[in-house]
Amino acid sequence: MKAYDIEIILSRQLAETLSIAMFIIDTEGSLLFYNEPAEEILGKKFEDTGVMSVEVWGTIFKPLDDKGNALKPDDLPLVKTLNSRLPAHGSFWIESLKGEKYNISVNSFPLIGRGNRFVGAVAIFWEI
Amino acid sequence: MKIKVLGTRGSLPTTNPNTLHYGGNTPCIEILEDDQLIIVDAGTGILNLSHQKLDLFTRFDILLTHLHFDHIQGLGFFKPLFNPSSEIHIWGPASSSQSLKYRLNRYLSPPLFPVHFRDLPSSTYLHEISHSSFEIGKLQINSNYISHPGPTVGYRISNANAVFAYFPDHEPALGINGWNAGKQWISGIELALNADLLIHDSQYTLDEYESKVGWGHCTVEDAVRFASLAEVKKLLLFHHDPNHTDKDLENIYEDFIQKNSFGFNIELAVEGSEFDLK
Repeated sequence: MKAYDIEIILSRQLAETLSIAMFIIDTEGSLLFYNEPAEEILGKKFEDTGVMSVEVWGTIFKPLDDKGNALKPDDLPLVKTLNSRLPAHGSFWIESLKGEKYNISVNSFPLIGRGNRFVGAVAIFWEI
Repeated sequence: MKIKVLGTRGSLPTTNPNTLHYGGNTPCIEILEDDQLIIVDAGTGILNLSHQKLDLFTRFDILLTHLHFDHIQGLGFFKPLFNPSSEIHIWGPASSSQSLKYRLNRYLSPPLFPVHFRDLPSSTYLHEISHSSFEIGKLQINSNYISHPGPTVGYRISNANAVFAYFPDHEPALGINGWNAGKQWISGIELALNADLLIHDSQYTLDEYESKVGWGHCTVEDAVRFASLAEVKKLLLFHHDPNHTDKDLENIYEDFIQKNSFGFNIELAVEGSEFDLK
């Protein structure tokens, strides 16, 4: 059993204090945590989903463009950040696990720790 | 592996009649393993190293957890630094932007110190560490960043038979849900797992901690919870607050122990105490 990097741990602790939705992923894209405001938009508690791979979380929350077409995981800001290690931004729709649609704006940024270690990425998002 | 506690006090040396038992010198630990001497942190406790012992060695390894002043204040008074035949290796946490040498120079140079680091006659080697694994003699050293302001590492030091873990400054309970999320969300836990001896921060009472969240230290309660999750065999409560007298420390400890029971040994760290880990 290995603890997550301190940057990931402290990001979660920040996320738990925020009233804006926040996702945290590791370097493989696995969704390590999302906070209560994110749970409200996504329609499921993190306790119930647990850690999810990028293939799972990139589709389970059903991201859609303005015309209702499904977005591929690679089109999502957080996945762009995962692949490029650069900040990204985007606006799109998601259909929550409760079947409700939300138009959201997402900003994502890489977590670069001391020694320039890429340890994961964070996305914050809110309803437009 | 023989461990000797040379300094127990956090933040500021406080040697006075009210702190004589638990000690007033700031953090420093001596580790002896066969023909190897390792010093962990260089607080004022480093002056407790006997000259006879220092004369037995020519190589010294100093592991720094971080560069807050209470952990390096004794460095300039470490006699082997001024001995041309000494080989000294200083291991300390890497920062994002400044080298270990630059940061140590800020202390070991005027006006804070009369001698420039570069003018020390010993052969001194600096090693920047982070999530690192290395060997010193027969000892395996593992380090990683832990929850404390500024670059700070915890250490796991082991030989074939025993594990010593050292977290003098650590705030594992930052956030509102840290303890309930699973071990992998607790800063530094893997370094302390199943340690025979864990030396851990315990600077504040619960009341004191309320106004000092985020300062990088923790309560006795959190230190014990961390030790319990890490399943250590023995916990030494460390980094005593400079405002706490011997009597205060005993009251805090007794109050806690009377209300709780654990399956491992818990003691207040005493300056000069020794432990033989086998």
